[in-house]
Amino acid sequence: MKYTKDHEWLRMDDDVATIGITAYAQEKLGDLVYVELPSVGVKFAMGAAAAIVESVKAASEVYAPVSGEIVAVNDRVAGEPGLVNAQPTGEGWLFKMKISNPSELAALLDEKAYTALTA
Amino acid sequence: MTELNAGATLRHTPLHAMHIRLGARMVPFAGYEMPVQYPSGVIKEHLHTRAAAGLFDVSHMGQITLRPKSGRLADVALALESFVPADIAGLAIDRQRYTMFTNAAGGVIDDLMVSNRGDHLLLVVNAARKAVDAGLLRASLPADCLIEVHEQRALLALQGPLAEEVLSTLTPDVRSMRFMDVRSLTLLGKTCTVARSGYTGEDGFEICTGAETAAVLWEALLRDPAVAPIGLGARDSLRLEAGLCLYGADLDETTSPIEAALEWTIPNVRRPGGAREGIFPGAEVILDQLDRGVPRRRVGLRPEGRAPVRAGAPLFLAAPDEAPCGSVTSGGFGVSLNAPVAMGFVPTANAIPGTRLFTEVRGKRLPLAVSALPFVPRRYKRA
Repeated sequence: MKYTKDHEWLRMDDDVATIGITAYAQEKLGDLVYVELPSVGVKFAMGAAAAIVESVKAASEVYAPVSGEIVAVNDRVAGEPGLVNAQPTGEGWLFKMKISNPSELAALLDEKAYTALTA
Repeated sequence: MTELNAGATLRHTPLHAMHIRLGARMVPFAGYEMPVQYPSGVIKEHLHTRAAAGLFDVSHMGQITLRPKSGRLADVALALESFVPADIAGLAIDRQRYTMFTNAAGGVIDDLMVSNRGDHLLLVVNAARKAVDAGLLRASLPADCLIEVHEQRALLALQGPLAEEVLSTLTPDVRSMRFMDVRSLTLLGKTCTVARSGYTGEDGFEICTGAETAAVLWEALLRDPAVAPIGLGARDSLRLEAGLCLYGADLDETTSPIEAALEWTIPNVRRPGGAREGIFPGAEVILDQLDRGVPRRRVGLRPEGRAPVRAGAPLFLAAPDEAPCGSVTSGGFGVSLNAPVAMGFVPTANAIPGTRLFTEVRGKRLPLAVSALPFVPRRYKRA
């Protein structure tokens, strides 16, 4: 699993990345009440706002950790935003992207670097 | 993800250590480090308050006493009436009233509670406004009114349908109190000022006491299984569902009490023809608005979708491009309603419940409906 300093995680399976927010992020945000996901087929550049997660109090953007095209979204979390709190790196994933520039992966943090960032 | 953190030098309430011990997430609020939530989270805290009893630390709020040198409370009561459009001279002993400091333009400097404690008035004001309020009183109250700003006092709120049952285990006297009654009661051997009021829409109590008593009382109340600690996050969602104004969001120095739909706080005695008509700052503007109406009004808003609509969002009369007709001033998620809720200001002609309006969130036009306030029924003990 790779991470961004903005608290997204990414897991690669061939050229498709599954993306969500980290356990640290969901804890900081608190109970989520709304998740807005992108449409399948939409392309995002690395760092572009691709999804929205909202707690009772505030909205936060989720950025695309790398460039690519949305190939799937997790409709379950749209109906049950609390799933992102309960299982942020499991059933609470947000979207999958077919990545267009694998070299961008090198810029992401590994587990150790991300843990150090949030310590 | 967008930025999650910020830091500054912040004041602590007398209950700060309790919040840390309970694992609260602390955030800066009005110059204080305050608990925004405890480990159970905003949703559970909100629902717990509506179902049982929630305990809030609101010690950041300002407490000011006004005492007459003459010994005659009527002297300070009348003096305070030159700052607020309420009936203070007619406020009975052991009763409390909601009102606001107005300015010459008819705007609101702060909203506050005033209670008659027999030999003095007790004012509870917003944390972010207490310096402004104290400055105002010091500059303009007559010299025979003694002003004391209590920096070390605590204020606890116990809110919810089980609040009476819980507090009556410490003193049965609370059972006979009605909404907005205030009494000096002995809790755990200490004299506290207890008001039957709050800002959640629920029945409940606000307890004003010294710093040391507050900590003991906090722990004693939390030992009751019906009680859970509640942070500022749920306090805000509860007050929004109850249709109550937040100063700095729904009320400010450019918003009049009439625009904010708070004319019910202005009694006949302060209106034209009343014995103490006018006198308060901005009376000319505010009384004229009462007579002739206002161009905009505060309303409740129910977004049709699931997306919360936040403060600052523009409001439109129709979907096509046009200038905004108003804006959202408070918005978030109504946890008890399991739906987004908001309040905002719209043209008076469009302030009728059921009117369909539009807002824009992240570039998308979203429909919402003007709704009657409160969103959830208030459950004050009036009888």
